[in-house]
Amino acid sequence: MRQLMLGNKALARGLYEAGCCVVSSYPGTPSTEVTEEAAKYDEIYCEWAPNEKVAMEVAFGASLAGKRSFCGMKHVGLNVAADPLYTCSYTGVNAGMVICVADDAGMHSSQNEQDSRHHAIASKVPMLEPSDSSEAYRFAKLAFEISERFDTPVIIKMCTRVAHSQSVVETGGRVVPETIPYEKNIAKYVMMPGNAIRRHPVVEERMRKLVEYAETSELNCVEMGDTAFGIVTSSTSYQYVKEVFGGKASVLKLGMVNPLPEKLILDFAAKVQRLVVVEELDPIIENHCRRLGLEVTGKDVLPIEGEFSQNLIAKKLGQAVPEGRKLDEAIPGRPPVMCAGCPHRGLFYTLAKNKCTVLGDIGCYTLGAVAPLSAMEMTLCMGASISATHGFNKALGAEGERRTVAVIGDSTFMHSGMTGLANIAYNQSNSTVVILDNSITGMTGHQQNPTTGYDIKGDPAGKIDLEALCRAMGFSRVVVVDPYDLAECDRVVKEELAAAEPSVIISRRPCALLKYVKRNPPLKVEKDKCVGCKSCMRLGCPAISIRDGKAVIDTTLCVGCGVCQQMCKFDALQDG
Amino acid sequence: MTKNIMIVGVGGQGSLLASKLLGHLLLTQGYDVKVSEVHGMSQRGGSVVTYVRFGEKVYSPVIDKGEADFIVSFEKLEAARYVEYLKKDGRIVVNTQEIDPMPVITGAARYPEDLVGKMEGAGVQVDAMDCLSLAEEAGSAKAVNIVLMGRLSKYFDEIPAEKWRQAIRECVPEKYVELNLKAFALGRGE
Repeated sequence: MRQLMLGNKALARGLYEAGCCVVSSYPGTPSTEVTEEAAKYDEIYCEWAPNEKVAMEVAFGASLAGKRSFCGMKHVGLNVAADPLYTCSYTGVNAGMVICVADDAGMHSSQNEQDSRHHAIASKVPMLEPSDSSEAYRFAKLAFEISERFDTPVIIKMCTRVAHSQSVVETGGRVVPETIPYEKNIAKYVMMPGNAIRRHPVVEERMRKLVEYAETSELNCVEMGDTAFGIVTSSTSYQYVKEVFGGKASVLKLGMVNPLPEKLILDFAAKVQRLVVVEELDPIIENHCRRLGLEVTGKDVLPIEGEFSQNLIAKKLGQAVPEGRKLDEAIPGRPPVMCAGCPHRGLFYTLAKNKCTVLGDIGCYTLGAVAPLSAMEMTLCMGASISATHGFNKALGAEGERRTVAVIGDSTFMHSGMTGLANIAYNQSNSTVVILDNSITGMTGHQQNPTTGYDIKGDPAGKIDLEALCRAMGFSRVVVVDPYDLAECDRVVKEELAAAEPSVIISRRPCALLKYVKRNPPLKVEKDKCVGCKSCMRLGCPAISIRDGKAVIDTTLCVGCGVCQQMCKFDALQDG
Repeated sequence: MTKNIMIVGVGGQGSLLASKLLGHLLLTQGYDVKVSEVHGMSQRGGSVVTYVRFGEKVYSPVIDKGEADFIVSFEKLEAARYVEYLKKDGRIVVNTQEIDPMPVITGAARYPEDLVGKMEGAGVQVDAMDCLSLAEEAGSAKAVNIVLMGRLSKYFDEIPAEKWRQAIRECVPEKYVELNLKAFALGRGE
């Protein structure tokens, strides 16, 4: 059937048709929808794991048991899962195992712009790179075949533009291969030195065979056109190149980016006058060409940073670009903001008011760093808030402990905050940790996690009790507050920072965007009482603005959370 | 020849339904179609852009500066932000609603005045209408997206209005179909 499909959905369709049986992932933009879509097929067991390392190990276990398996993650998630990746390259697989990693050139929703191809190279695992939805679908099926044929996990690398673009896909039916019986094989699956030493040459031999495969595989193809330009490219860059040049250049499109072919590239280069490599992020194909002794244009004209587009490639390669119209007007930016009614707002306001040093984490609440709250001073990676706060406090002693707070969301805490908390309990810093428990994984679009009590399909599941968990780790001070209650937040933050032992504050209220959360009617401004003092504006709520010196409530946004009412000394904000 | 439609607005305004509707409609009309969306961080009240491209064969999923035949904007400031993406003879269809971005809320910037006039002054063809009122008239403020689609449909002689209505029936949950068909009609000025 011919349908318009998101790249991620098409990849999920490929998993389904290839007979994939077990999927375990951790959400992360732009990879999340692969697993969400896979979960819509009842024939596939799908789950959200607490983090990417766990997800990959689950997928490995399923492969070992003889069923085709999959795990998906964003680029930084692959860093977390790097440990199992580098060694399951040595063990190889039983049934096919496919890993999806989604890069985010342009950093639409990420903390860095790393190029995941480095992980494929370093772990010696083959990597396929689709350029649209149809290829995402086809490559997913092919990836399982390669995995089983070469006894290796296979990575499919997506990027934001492939993951989040819809294009046409012709789908087929599901074929489930027979379960490959698990057989005890200590030499292959127990990676202690004596065995691993014997596996390393197997990996090297596999890479040599994969290079041979790359030379003739349908994944890599030549489209000859004019020979003035010969462009080697992959992924979404291929689409931009075709948009600019059409048939006016010859193209070598690489669908497999690790390992790279040699003879195929040399033959192509011999047929064209000027060899150009068009690849986003790092010069990996380019450096490979140079190692083959080829003269090549690449990062000398194209940027390493950011996403490409058709105009960028046209301009850098001396082609004409269309001209648009110009508006001579300063247009204010519109950065993302915490939603109206966001439960994080009250807590961040309290931390800012108490002049706390706030070391933060990854999630919607990273927006606590944005003006006017400006209440977060550090965001590094998943879980770093807690461990870095411990380090900060060990470095500064009581002076740091009096004012420093770690802030982390419920899902991020489950992902990699628990180990940092164990470190505080074990190595004893008097640190204060705030868990922002909004009962969901918010940023990536509402995925369940081990604290919510529901699984990926929304069915009841195991539920981890955060208070009991923290107490079991040795924290005797575990306090729950409602972030909509500013006075209570203020009292608790002051008390816990002053306490002589480490504490955990759980700021608990479900995300205001959750369907089951009841909204109150929008608030009303009593114009006579409003003096235009702008106290309410200090919250940075997108539903409040000032018009003609008075507060105005946007009734389409306001959820009646009442936090701004607590800011107003003149009683001007009334229940709606 | 590939045609390019940009849908711009503020995260949460419903641009994903608009692009879903367009994609579905254009595919049933036999075109090759690509739609590129933004998910994640920008959806939180930030400026969001969706690209819809269709024609005989579409390569790039994105629309670049100077390439858009239409910019459909859910908000005035967002229309102005992307003017340079418009072709010289392109057209902007804009909801005249104003939503203050955070720099305006905090007082660090001002919301520019008379943006429609200024865009027209720069030679842009602007079709401006109060879609929010029309959406409310249809029964829900959330139907701004379909009001805009109604307006856009007037510029596509090659696709009959009934095809648009059929796409609405196929893309919208059944209980909202009537409301959205009304919003579509109001957008078309019927």
